[in-house]
Amino acid sequence: MNTSAIIFYAIATLILGAALLAVTTLKIFRSAIWLLFSLVGIAALYFWMQVEFIAAIQIVVYVGGIVVLIIFSIFLTQQSGKEMAKPAASKIIFSALAAILGTAFTFNLINHYGFNTISAQPFNTNVSEIGTQMLSTTSHGFILPFEVVSMLLLAAMVGCIVIAMKPTAANIVHLNKKED
Amino acid sequence: MNEIPLTHILFVSTALFFIGMYGLFTRRNIITMLMSIELMLNSVNINFVAFNKYLFPDKLDGLFFSLFIITIAAAEAAVAIAIIINLYRSHQSIDVDDATEMKF
Repeated sequence: MNTSAIIFYAIATLILGAALLAVTTLKIFRSAIWLLFSLVGIAALYFWMQVEFIAAIQIVVYVGGIVVLIIFSIFLTQQSGKEMAKPAASKIIFSALAAILGTAFTFNLINHYGFNTISAQPFNTNVSEIGTQMLSTTSHGFILPFEVVSMLLLAAMVGCIVIAMKPTAANIVHLNKKED
Repeated sequence: MNEIPLTHILFVSTALFFIGMYGLFTRRNIITMLMSIELMLNSVNINFVAFNKYLFPDKLDGLFFSLFIITIAAAEAAVAIAIIINLYRSHQSIDVDDATEMKF
């Protein structure tokens, strides 16, 4: 067991422990913080696999964006120190049983499937390589999904503003007129 | 580096996926259910990157898939939080058990 293996198992323990605490703790704010630790652990796993670009994106988007958004919405909608109601015992038992059985089944499948790993070739993940392929229009380029996803982000932004907008008095009058 | 087989990374992502599923089943609060969904999406990303690195090191397709999944997850979280704020305004609560108007 060398250093790399020890680092891998430490990262795996961090990810799974933090995730388990995030789904079981009863205080919602603590749950968000445990989720943060789990996402940082996943970024560390990407660093360990030497895909630095994805690790950076993971930290910027998930840790810097989504978790902050979740914490903001907790502050806007809940008393963050209050404990949530405990789920019913039967629900816990059946959910845990389903999760454990599913895990065991998938572990078994993975264990018996022989993956023929290619480790001779180095894995080239230069940012310039990624950028060239992302914006190339040849048959292995990703320009079309790139453009589609940018439209999706625009639509999501407009949709968020419209959904979360408080209806003002003038707006309500306008809507009522339309109905007449 | 190469002593860790691909299967161990897959074990981690499988366990993470089922932890997320357990959270989705037991929680009744919309924000915590959203957190469980984020965990499941992350486990899928780990799978894509690991398969790309260990089985097809000459291509980059798995990396692009995980990039697009991260983007879509960000859009999904933003829309979900707008919906949560709107729901809180109309119901004063974000428990799924309190929003049953459309339940059949």
